[in-house]
Amino acid sequence: MMQFFQRLGASTRTSFTKLGRATYFLLQTLSGILSVLPRPRLLMNQLFSVGVLSFLIITISGLFVGMVLGLQGFYILSDFGAEESLGIMVAASLVRELGPVVTALLFAGRAGSALTAEIGLMKATEQLSGMEMMAIDPIRRIISPRFLAGFISMPLLASLFSAIGIIGGQLVGTGLLGVDDGAYWSQMQNQIDFYDDIINGVIKSIIFGFVTSWIALFEGYDAIPTSEGVSRATTRTVVNSAFSILGLDFILTALMFGDD
Amino acid sequence: MDNSNSSQNTLVSVRNLTFSRGNNKIFDDISLDFERGKITAIMGPSGTGKTTLLKLIGGQLYPEQGTITVDGQNVHRLRRKELYELRKRMGMLFQSGALLTDMNVYDNVAFPLREHTHLTESMIRSLVLMKLQAVGLRGAHQLMPNELSGGMARRVAMARAIALDPMMILYDEPFTGQDPISMGVLVLLIKALNETLGLTSIIVSHDVQETAQIADYIYVISNGKVVDHGTPAQIEQSSSEWVQQFMKGAADGPVHFHYPAKEYVDDLLSTGKRY
Repeated sequence: MMQFFQRLGASTRTSFTKLGRATYFLLQTLSGILSVLPRPRLLMNQLFSVGVLSFLIITISGLFVGMVLGLQGFYILSDFGAEESLGIMVAASLVRELGPVVTALLFAGRAGSALTAEIGLMKATEQLSGMEMMAIDPIRRIISPRFLAGFISMPLLASLFSAIGIIGGQLVGTGLLGVDDGAYWSQMQNQIDFYDDIINGVIKSIIFGFVTSWIALFEGYDAIPTSEGVSRATTRTVVNSAFSILGLDFILTALMFGDD
Repeated sequence: MDNSNSSQNTLVSVRNLTFSRGNNKIFDDISLDFERGKITAIMGPSGTGKTTLLKLIGGQLYPEQGTITVDGQNVHRLRRKELYELRKRMGMLFQSGALLTDMNVYDNVAFPLREHTHLTESMIRSLVLMKLQAVGLRGAHQLMPNELSGGMARRVAMARAIALDPMMILYDEPFTGQDPISMGVLVLLIKALNETLGLTSIIVSHDVQETAQIADYIYVISNGKVVDHGTPAQIEQSSSEWVQQFMKGAADGPVHFHYPAKEYVDDLLSTGKRY
């Protein structure tokens, strides 16, 4: 029993110490962003590897998620004779929830894990130490541009995911199942609110981008500099990002859509 | 040991340094001096904290006690900006080379110049080619780090370390894992760079022959203490049995072949307990 409490105490202490390190790391990263702004090329390179290279997985996933929503939505709505409302159902699900959440999960798996592995390996191969000895701050030169790129890419990728998903829903709904094309788009246009739905969804994705990039970069920077350490850090990035995204999604949904 | 007569000619001075990792005392009140323009070697078996000493000199680690002064500046009292200014005058060669893997050889050497100076690209090009010529790798400027052999990677790292014309270079195990030709090239280069550029070099190594060949002064460290120090000739004649074993690479001596254990027979005959 005593041992249990000892272990509990030790792991709580370790977690809080880590949280402290992560917070300090975040503050350093945020202050480093100012030095990234005058060097757009650094940011562009990272936008490419974090954002553009995630483009394919996001579009393909968005298309399939939209198509499945089209199918499922049609079967449920047709029971009530409300197939015409398929457009609003697909769009609302995507813009409010699935767009930001699924994109963030895919982003954590595709870009987040890559960031952790990259930074962790840079640490293991002494590249970060080498930079410090060359009087170059690795946080400013390496971490901040990647953080900013993740932060910018996420809302763009989430918007893309939702847009492609809506097209996927339309392909199935109107192309395959015979829902009226005009009704699909006009119902969506009438019911989806720019501020309540679209902007709230974008805010969610901005927050998810912030958290996922933070977790991914910190896990890499804090990784034990061995191959096993980097592999564990990469796993932690995906797991912790998924928990954070889903937990935050609940809180944000309660705050944003609670009054509806 | 009397190391307290640090003179004007001393570039790096380590005084009463104590440093631990957990319960393991890496350095126990040691003092060392590194003279300007000379090659000073720190030798000792693996795990004696030789790399740690370089990180302490470079200000990447903080000592528990004692001071380290580089060119008259107490490294651990400097503000971050001042420390970075000092580091611009120090080059460090890591064991792995620590080249940036997403850049080719040319960009790696140009990296500190681009970060710290406002030179035009044509001037950077001339400087990079000069540095690469000095290490014999001008022709390899387009290769990526994964296309280089271990020895070549270290030579590129040397070119990068001298890019900003530092006053000193810290070498972390420069000869480890090199074939005889690469080893010979590195020995030659360290000596030549030190002489032609008027550098001060600190080499951390356990490769006895190669290091003794070029070092002006040697410190032998073990168990957190300086076991002996002197010129290579003096170290070779050392009265310490331990130093003799280390320099000659004898399998047994003061450092036992066997890791401390209970009696062999008792261990074999004891049953029922699994390791």
